Amino acid sequence: MPEPMLVLAGVNTRIGQYHILQGVDLEVPKNGLTMLLGRNGAGKTTCLRTVIGLWRASSGSIRYDGREVAHLGTPERARLGIAYVPENMGIFAGLTVRENLVLAARERALDPQRLDWIFALFPALKTFLHGYAGNLSGGQKQMLAIARAIVEPRRLLLIDEPSKGLAPAIVANLIKAFTELKRTDTTILVVEQNFHFARALGDTVAVMDSGRIAHAGTMAALAADEALQTRLLGLSLESHQ
Amino acid sequence: MTRARIDWIPLALVVAVAAGGLPLVASAPTWLTLTVAGLAMGMMIFVMASGLTLVFGLMDVMNFAHGAFISVGAYAAASVLVAMTGSMQAASVAANLAAIVPAVLAAIALAGLLGWFFERVVIRPVYGDHLKQILVTMGGLIVCEQLIHVIWGPDIIPLPRPATFTGAILLGDAAIERYRLLAVAVGLAVFAAMWLLLNRTKFGLLIRAGVENTEMVESLGYRIRRLFVGVFVAGSALAGLGGVMWAMYQESVNAQMGMQVMVVIFIVIIIGGLGSVGGCFVGALLVGLVANYAGYVAPKLALGSNILLMVLVLLWRPRGLYPVGRA
Repeated sequence: MPEPMLVLAGVNTRIGQYHILQGVDLEVPKNGLTMLLGRNGAGKTTCLRTVIGLWRASSGSIRYDGREVAHLGTPERARLGIAYVPENMGIFAGLTVRENLVLAARERALDPQRLDWIFALFPALKTFLHGYAGNLSGGQKQMLAIARAIVEPRRLLLIDEPSKGLAPAIVANLIKAFTELKRTDTTILVVEQNFHFARALGDTVAVMDSGRIAHAGTMAALAADEALQTRLLGLSLESHQ
Repeated sequence: MTRARIDWIPLALVVAVAAGGLPLVASAPTWLTLTVAGLAMGMMIFVMASGLTLVFGLMDVMNFAHGAFISVGAYAAASVLVAMTGSMQAASVAANLAAIVPAVLAAIALAGLLGWFFERVVIRPVYGDHLKQILVTMGGLIVCEQLIHVIWGPDIIPLPRPATFTGAILLGDAAIERYRLLAVAVGLAVFAAMWLLLNRTKFGLLIRAGVENTEMVESLGYRIRRLFVGVFVAGSALAGLGGVMWAMYQESVNAQMGMQVMVVIFIVIIIGGLGSVGGCFVGALLVGLVANYAGYVAPKLALGSNILLMVLVLLWRPRGLYPVGRA
């Protein structure tokens, strides 16, 4: 069995007086899409921010592609091939769409072929390429945030609630885009609250509760087990169709 | 295709203020003299303030010691210029420049070096804590002023302007000081250089992005701390350049000159929108023009007029003329 792309072992993260992650053990398989689910306040966002290094783990191990990265700063982790899309999307509103992409292309100038591939995924970005990112709609901002993460090939994408607050039609577009992304040599870890979105895309799933991983397995198994859904999430996936 | 558009309204406001000054002053030659004086003052304030607004926007640091960089730059230049009095008094542009250029370079270098030291020793331990920033940077300003007294002495140093930039040019009945024209030219050159750097280079993109969201810049793989140091040193160096210009404008150098001009600098960066270089430029022009018109029409209202201007601008645009989105 190939080594997972990301392994968290006994990770604890404290923010001020709060002990948010309380010994997280998580494995993210290579080249698949893992959904990180859980109720509000379970620690999902903290988990992603700890992986990228925006919040430092107070203890535990974070191994990325076989290498310990817990001691590295955020830029160093990003340079190893980890891309992060935060919940608020983190786009630079005062920069144009193109400038946002130029900045994300850290290694070299924008690759026209890669750009065409991104425009095929998110056609709106081509239309508004020279407009200020701050003027985009919520869905377009999300597209830009994801486009920025993939403007150069990255090995691990960390994406926090991509479907949050978006209209169903936009979510359907995002599902198409993620399906296309899954065909590339990229591992994706997505925090999500939209169970329909999660079931449509997830290969594997981990469910967080009170700062720990309460369940890990395949998405297919969780989708088929209503009792498990109810116990872990308080709701069944079927009720969210 | 939708393109990013420049917000021209604040720029139009500068033109409107200048046009509004004409009926108040009631004399076209006097108005022209005051307008050039206002623009020159604005340009000098812009040069001094532009670094501070970037430092605040990018690093979220309230640096009250910025005034020390202005004073130190002025003193460094004065040391060179006093030693080259002969060149300064020669009626030749080349001879004058032979004194001014090394003086300006000395000012930029010393202020930049002080900025580098300040960022490492004073600012770095207090990132993210505004109260401590105010306390330590105010303390740093006082220490720098006292060090200036120790090194250069407590007396005011007279600093005559170079011979070719003294006197005035007559345009009809209006007298336009040569030095003010030079200040306008230098200010425009600095603004153009900054605009090109911020809008046409990746380094500039990083600065603009960092002003909005430092966390995201780091997440993209850029080491923001290095950017902080670079911007802090550049901002300090610009303060040094502004200090030279301001000292020649006042024709003297004293240790408190930086602190004295800080009130106006803070007004400018608040009016412009914290972190916005374009806003700082427009804000500085507005402050320069309003101060000169008010100083002529109602001298007692000169400083108060700038505070009134700030209040009016903030009532209109509460985050300044060109607000910078900050995450």
